[in-house]
Amino acid sequence: MSLATVRKARSAIAMGACIASAVIGIAALAIILGALLWNGFSSLSLDVFTKMTPPPGASGGLLNAIVGSLIMTVLGVAIGAPLGLLAGTYMAEYGRYSKLTTVVRFINDILLSAPSIVIGLFVYEITVLQMGHFSAYAGALALALLVVPVVVRTTEDMLNLVPGGLREAAIAMGLPRSLIIRHIAYKAARAGLITGLLLAVARVSGETAPLLFTALNNQFFSSNLNAPMASLPVVIFQFAMSPYKDWQSLAWAGALLITAAVLTLSIGARILGAQKTFK
Amino acid sequence: MSQSHASLFGDARTQALKRFNLGDRAFHLITKGSALAVLALLGGVIISLIHGSAPAIGEFGFGFLTSQAWNPVTEKFGAAPAIYGTLLTSFIALLIAAPIGFGIAVFLTEICPYPLRRPIGIAIELLAGIPSIIYGIWGMFILAPVLQATLQPWLIAGFADIPILNELFAGPPYGIGIFTASIILSIMILPLIASISRDVFATVPTVLKEAAFGVGCTRWEVVRRIVMPFTGAGLVGGVMLALGRALGETMAVTFVIGNAHKIHPSILGPGTTISATIANEFTEADGALYTSSLIALGLVLFVITFIVLAASRLMLARLKRQEGR
Repeated sequence: MSLATVRKARSAIAMGACIASAVIGIAALAIILGALLWNGFSSLSLDVFTKMTPPPGASGGLLNAIVGSLIMTVLGVAIGAPLGLLAGTYMAEYGRYSKLTTVVRFINDILLSAPSIVIGLFVYEITVLQMGHFSAYAGALALALLVVPVVVRTTEDMLNLVPGGLREAAIAMGLPRSLIIRHIAYKAARAGLITGLLLAVARVSGETAPLLFTALNNQFFSSNLNAPMASLPVVIFQFAMSPYKDWQSLAWAGALLITAAVLTLSIGARILGAQKTFK
Repeated sequence: MSQSHASLFGDARTQALKRFNLGDRAFHLITKGSALAVLALLGGVIISLIHGSAPAIGEFGFGFLTSQAWNPVTEKFGAAPAIYGTLLTSFIALLIAAPIGFGIAVFLTEICPYPLRRPIGIAIELLAGIPSIIYGIWGMFILAPVLQATLQPWLIAGFADIPILNELFAGPPYGIGIFTASIILSIMILPLIASISRDVFATVPTVLKEAAFGVGCTRWEVVRRIVMPFTGAGLVGGVMLALGRALGETMAVTFVIGNAHKIHPSILGPGTTISATIANEFTEADGALYTSSLIALGLVLFVITFIVLAASRLMLARLKRQEGR
């Protein structure tokens, strides 16, 4: 066999392996989504949205968990997003070339992938331990701390994309810096900023670990923020680990709801992000 | 008359300027304060973890890291099985996911027909966003029974006569355990590795590749000799980022790890990881020492992931600088 044949064969084998790995990857993920859709839809019914989580062995729904998740996610984003937005603004506008920005960017990138369960422990220490009980506040705070790094990152990236000419034109007209940022830069980067917000919501809406020992769980409907509150991920965790068939099928239904929400948010963010081109 | 009008006008102007100035400075301070708050957040996490784990560290000292004990009744706690499980599951997961992830990235940048590149790329990025609890529930209900019935008995029988390896793949097939958790983790980090590697591969200048093709390199040789050396730091950075994810991953692992505080010689056996231990036991932990030991576990996890993630970011940053040059 000539060297050329060997090299061609080797290349063909390697490329075949690459195609095979793509097939494996896509197949694995398709199998997961398939199982989720199959089990999720067969467990989904109107009861899921209208009834409370049942005691063991009985049928019921996920209403209190859905509402709890919504409340804590909204609250968490309401706390975390402004902080992230302001920090990202500093990094892109005031301190673009400063040492502080470099450090914050580095730390923020680490927080972005830090284990969420550790954030949960932190919030447990500073809230639950101090207040003496689990509460929805603590859950929302834990989610807020997970929102911050996502929003910081996207805000900085998006503001960096705003062309300097826009700012210079505003400076030439005598506008003060803060007004330029709020009325020119934010407006120009609006689609990108909303994208970041959606990504942050998507990130926290599936988070389970930090809620386990901050918001805990609640079998009943509760809108009291100072008390334990149910959330979809925690309920899924508890129900899936249980030996009861009714609970397990509710867990699948909840899993389907969360995945649908997260995928919708990410696709929405992507569509918005695609329009963010500046000319 | 006109004079007073002018001074009046001037006054209003100065005042407006002053207001602007004040607003400017306030906004600057608020944004800077927020940036500092991000730093404070990390500091707060570290301080609170150290504070919370102080009782356990005081009681067990460095022996905490090496002890295999985990007994809530006698209040003896050691982190060794959890650290072992965390490192082992992440390592096996990388072993599986890294080659497949690179393969997908090569497929997407070199082989895939152009019209398919964007949709497949988007699909992979979307899948990276699926919450880990979904992987966990799938692993427990679907994957674990399948592994128990097929792959695990096969591994046990296949390696039964080979020394060392028969220890590693000793039965019985539980379904759940270190091995299953590793597979779930590898599926979870696969999209991450694939999408980072693809982005990294895309930074290779086309002229470099064209030059290699021009002197007669095969496609594999271009990937192996040009693309991979050029992107080495970025690839390692991406893999380490995925490792950081895998180390701290909680829910996907908790479902299938088995929660056994023992170091099994067999990777098919049940084990535990740091995050799974915390998730499983924290709310039920009674006694200050028990809680404190769990927080100390969290501190260990945070330190490990911090080092891995910091290294990964430095490597990815280096690639970015290289690209800018």
